[in-house]
Amino acid sequence: MDKALYLSSSPHIHSGLTTAGIMRLVIYALLPAVAVAIVFFGLPALKVMLICTLGCVACEALCCKLMKQPLSIRDSSAALTGILLALNLPASSPWWMALLGSAIAIVIGKMIFGGLGYNPFNPALVARVVLLISFPVQMTSWTAPTPLSMGFDAVSSATPLGEMKSAVMLTGQLPEMATSGFDRYFYGLMAGSLGEVSALVLLLGGLFLLWKKIITWHIPVSFIGSVVVIAGVFWLTDPTRYPSPLFHLLTGGLMLGVFFMATDMVTSPITAKGMLIFGCGCGLLTVLIRLFGGYPEGVSFAILLMNAATPLIDRYTRAEIYGGHHHDRGGVQ
Amino acid sequence: MRLPTFPGGIHPPDNKATTAAKAIVACPLPEELIVPMLQHIGAPAECCVTVGQHVAKGELIGTAVGPVSVPIHAPTSGEVSAIEPRLHPVGRYLPAVVIRPDGSDRWHDDLQGSDPNCLNPDELRQLLQQAGIVGLGGATFPTHIKLSPPPDRSIDTLIINGAECEPYLTGDHRLMLEEGPNIVDGILILRRILGVKRVIFGIENNKPDAIAAMSKLCAASPIKVQPLPVKYPQGAEKQLIEALTGRQVPSGKLPMDCGAIVQNVGTAAAVSAAIRQGRPLVERITTVTGPGIRTPQNLRVAIGTPLSHLIEQCGGLSDEPGKIILGGPMMGNAQMSLAVPVIRGTSGLLVLRRQDVSLAKPGPCIRCGRCVSVCPIHLQPTVIALCARLGLVEMADTYNALDCIECGCCTYNCPATLPLVQSIREIKGSVMEHKRKH
Repeated sequence: MDKALYLSSSPHIHSGLTTAGIMRLVIYALLPAVAVAIVFFGLPALKVMLICTLGCVACEALCCKLMKQPLSIRDSSAALTGILLALNLPASSPWWMALLGSAIAIVIGKMIFGGLGYNPFNPALVARVVLLISFPVQMTSWTAPTPLSMGFDAVSSATPLGEMKSAVMLTGQLPEMATSGFDRYFYGLMAGSLGEVSALVLLLGGLFLLWKKIITWHIPVSFIGSVVVIAGVFWLTDPTRYPSPLFHLLTGGLMLGVFFMATDMVTSPITAKGMLIFGCGCGLLTVLIRLFGGYPEGVSFAILLMNAATPLIDRYTRAEIYGGHHHDRGGVQ
Repeated sequence: MRLPTFPGGIHPPDNKATTAAKAIVACPLPEELIVPMLQHIGAPAECCVTVGQHVAKGELIGTAVGPVSVPIHAPTSGEVSAIEPRLHPVGRYLPAVVIRPDGSDRWHDDLQGSDPNCLNPDELRQLLQQAGIVGLGGATFPTHIKLSPPPDRSIDTLIINGAECEPYLTGDHRLMLEEGPNIVDGILILRRILGVKRVIFGIENNKPDAIAAMSKLCAASPIKVQPLPVKYPQGAEKQLIEALTGRQVPSGKLPMDCGAIVQNVGTAAAVSAAIRQGRPLVERITTVTGPGIRTPQNLRVAIGTPLSHLIEQCGGLSDEPGKIILGGPMMGNAQMSLAVPVIRGTSGLLVLRRQDVSLAKPGPCIRCGRCVSVCPIHLQPTVIALCARLGLVEMADTYNALDCIECGCCTYNCPATLPLVQSIREIKGSVMEHKRKH
């Protein structure tokens, strides 16, 4: 015993799961979606992925240097933001837009607030929305997925939500693509940003996170549930004008938003009750924006709006503490 | 059937297998016993012997001072070699009587057992106080006080705590297997003192042999043995009450305010010995364990035995020690020296090697809510810890900092490795001070 003993107050053991571990597991959960994006959209998708991921990591490293803070990129959160941002961009995004998006996500979305844990809004969504408003043409130049074509013969195409919206605006009626043939959306045969193509792989990734207990069921279930209920009400009132809940679930960024964006821990409530309110709010806003808003897709806006409400939700959803009121539930007889 | 439990809690690796199957071994006496005058919650005892005096085992060496206090007895026969401050498990030098054993380990002649059925509850309580009986689960609160609820409280349930939810510790488990009849006898004495009908004996179901043994012994008695799921802190008083009775102890109140009193199995055995044989509390079962111990064991240890002696009895250290912990890894206290003695509350001696000690630097809170979901009191540990870091005492109070039971689930589960419960512990002191002033 020639070396001194460590002294600290209890507990003396730890679960072993660290912040970096959580970030890495989320990245693993996204890998199938990344693979599908590359298979469907070819090399342009890979290019966008690499620019966003490397761009985010580089921006964070630069910020740490400027802010004279320890380098935080080892926690993998910047890389995760980059992957999420890439999944929110079209495959045809120019390199400068992907890079600009990375800078917006990390600098304005995250580091300006003090880095990981302090940002009120999901950084990747901040970047997506800024880009969408600033570069509407580039951000909505969708290409149809052409599996294994390497992307050299990309055909431009509208997203299902965009097609639905313009048809409803022109004719007041749902087009045929919004009433049948949903299986192709499920597998991913639709135009959209890199992470919008396949609901299936995103669902698998989400289930992986639930199984690993990285996320809890509260936000995904309340988000999906409220979309189904609210979209269902509209659909039942006029099925020729409003698409079915299933169409809402399988198209656009809903699955990506439900499992990977809305569940972002930093920007969502910390209590179970708060998470349920948050998820319901996301679902409600998503459907309302999709059906009545100016944009065909509402997931990003819905989540950002609910991000803004998170501190308020947290404040009003504190659980009743143990012994806070008289309790008697029977127990062992 | 779904076993009763409480919401929240964690499932750390229990690491009990190394000692669970090992019978309790009597630890030989060391060269000197260091017997602190403070081994319980309350006022320290006052030394009543002089240097050079010869004492018998069980002889009074410290008298209780005031109502919340218990006397201290000589753990063996021998000569008082010093009365001086010695390093205490709390980390300070506190008054202690140092005894050099004479090797005969002779009990004091005056100690006489009695039949509990011939005594009334007050006489029984008095005998327990005189025998220095305190809660052996670790809190060391004087048992006679716990058994004296004010007349306006009606107690209807006695709960016996055989959960032993701290990882590594197996002393209570072994005691249930080896001294079941004494435990049952002690429980019946406790029941008689309290005059309650209902007795529930909670045991975590990672000890099926103990559940079977106790069920068999309790079959003909009014004691109901209830298996509990394995979850930390199942053995915490409030959580055990919630699991077994469905009641919650009102915030800021005591278990007796919801009609329940909890006693540990070790305490029950000590109660039996104190009444039947008149033997004061001078020894206890301590699990000496951890990756830093060569042959982990369950030892029956005389109070005052230095930790270094326990480690020698267990084959020595296996490697460079990193942390020496008295108690379990979740709520035990890290020690700075092996010269510290075993006291009445020492349920375990856990030695971690240097490589077992986690030294991760805390990162920023990512608001994952993992501390919130495991908190058995339903607090928001990260918010209270933030209040502590920013010195927001009043805000910490509004977030119910004082209700924290300091189980450590939040810190165990924090991916940012923030010292959450440690910060809460600090701010609790400030909150109490603030409340006194206003």
